[in-house]
Amino acid sequence: MSILAYTPIRDGQFTKLTYELLSYGRALADQLSTELVALSLGKTEEDQLKTLAEYGADKILHSNDDRFEQLDNRAFSKAISQAAEKNEANIVLMANDFTGKALAPATGVHLKAGVVSGVIGLPESTDPFVVKKKVFTGKAFARIQVKGERKIFTLETNSYEITQTSKEAAIETFEPQLDEGDFTTKIIEEDKQTDKILLTDADIVVSGGRGMKGPEHWQPLEELAEVLGAATACSRPVSDEKWRPEEEHVGQTGKIIAPNLYFALGISGAIQHVAGVSGSKTIVAVNNDPEAPIFEVANYGIVGDLKEVLPNLIEAAKAAK
Amino acid sequence: MNILVCISSVPETTTKIRFTDENKAFDTSEVKWIINPWDELALTRALELKEQYPDQVQEITVATVGGQWTEQVIRKALAIGADKGLRVDTEPKDAWQTASQLLPVVQNGNYDIVMAGIDSSDYNGMAVGNMLAEMAELPSIAAVSYLDLDGDKITVKREVAGGKETMEAKNPFVAIVQKGIAIEPKIAGMRGVMNARRKPLEVLEPVNAEAMTEFLSFELPEPKGDCIMIEPGNESELFDKLANEANAL
Ligand SMILES: Cc1cc2nc3c(=O)[nH]c(=O)nc-3n(C[C@H](O)[C@H](O)[C@H](O)COP(=O)(O)OP(=O)(O)OC[C@H]3O[C@@H](n4cnc5c(N)ncnc54)[C@H](O)[C@@H]3O)c2cc1C
Repeated sequence: MSILAYTPIRDGQFTKLTYELLSYGRALADQLSTELVALSLGKTEEDQLKTLAEYGADKILHSNDDRFEQLDNRAFSKAISQAAEKNEANIVLMANDFTGKALAPATGVHLKAGVVSGVIGLPESTDPFVVKKKVFTGKAFARIQVKGERKIFTLETNSYEITQTSKEAAIETFEPQLDEGDFTTKIIEEDKQTDKILLTDADIVVSGGRGMKGPEHWQPLEELAEVLGAATACSRPVSDEKWRPEEEHVGQTGKIIAPNLYFALGISGAIQHVAGVSGSKTIVAVNNDPEAPIFEVANYGIVGDLKEVLPNLIEAAKAAK
Repeated sequence: MNILVCISSVPETTTKIRFTDENKAFDTSEVKWIINPWDELALTRALELKEQYPDQVQEITVATVGGQWTEQVIRKALAIGADKGLRVDTEPKDAWQTASQLLPVVQNGNYDIVMAGIDSSDYNGMAVGNMLAEMAELPSIAAVSYLDLDGDKITVKREVAGGKETMEAKNPFVAIVQKGIAIEPKIAGMRGVMNARRKPLEVLEPVNAEAMTEFLSFELPEPKGDCIMIEPGNESELFDKLANEANAL
């Protein structure tokens, strides 16, 4: 038996999410006294592949197949299933990002496995197998029993501490059996920014709401984010009104994020907004209304006008760095 | 072209979450049920397509897995414009069991596009759409934030880490949709509500399918301590505290 972690590559690099997943996988493998196998699909440099061992992989499987350039749910989930079968992996792990959300359920069908999305920690017991996850968009937690021999989990972002080891691991070539019919979709155009910090990866997020008063006032918010090495986000009305791109929308119907530090600037703190950010370890709120509900969930608050407070925050952030 | 939208019933988004039966079950006693927000956006887009391309899009069907209590959201979907409702008469237990119930709906229907929301705001399973696609052996595209028709061509955009990819989809396929696919959900008018009563709502017998996962119990998060207030002008104090007190920098 073994544990298989699917480790997607982004612009030739593994990301924080992958290392978080492997750290989790390492601890789970130790708990179950078994091996952790990492699987990478698509072109990757050997130097990069080697880093997978540094975060806990005992073995690294790699396929250089060109066809993995584009994510295809059928082909990828079949390949992952084949790797799981071959390595007798009863547990398959993925990150709870767009890729994992698309591939975990599909892989679950191929392997007839119990799938739990957004697991937030190591299993509380392994016989029966019980894991915990957030439900009701962060308003509660659930304990879930996963039945059957095979299990697939996606790990909630920022829910497990990254730990480095001094391991080395063998890299093996993996050749999944796929025919052309397994590649069911085709990308015709890409529009990606590779230099931006991903909202879902970010340790710090600076987010603006309707209290920012209009898209023309976002420059200082972006500056604050830059000083802090943070990603930018916004509330739903801000993206609905196209002040900011919809990818930045966080909350119940947008992205669910759990950074170390979340700045809510001119955000009232509606329950649907808070649902998407309540996993943040620390929340700072700036609002000119002392009664704004955001202060009920914030750890630190400033009551004041953003026109004055935001430039002060930038200066103070620069000084603190 | 026919479109199937899979919808689920979830508690209204401001519902106070409570549990009963020694925290083993969700307390539904005062819950108002709505269409899961992502499913509602999917349905909205499906209805927009029918309005934009009346010659091309014939029928919008909504399907749900659930007891009779879920009919109120099907009626709501019919009131905002869906043509037909299907309900598989069994309580949804997990993604596997739910997708298994939807599988015959997809297989016995003649749908060009099957839409499902990327997540549901109750148990946050995030899995039914993708499982259904794989069970039905249909191509699927996940995290879809744009879907449009141009003659026979179906153009879809999906969100990926750091950006978007534009794809050409061949029907039939499954679109797992998220925010951006539509902006404002449709609101039912009086006439819509009246019309909905006359629209077909078919109840289907469930198939045999076991759940693979089971909710054992629930808990509420720990209450958070008070918010520490900082005077405007003292922003450096904030960063001091963030660095030394909260370990957040
Ligand atoms: C089904 C459903 C799903 C939803 N999903 C989401 C979601 O995913 N994400 C989300 O964000 N919302 C969501 N909403 C909307 C949500 O209910 C709120 O309407 C929204 O979060 C409010 O956004 P806001 O805080 O930016 O704006 P507002 O509520 O208008 O708040 C603006 C705040 O800025 C403050 N302010 C104004 N001027 C200044 C100033 N000069 N300086 C400092 N502060 C100032 C005000 O005091 C106020 O508190 C959803 C709603 C529904 C019904």
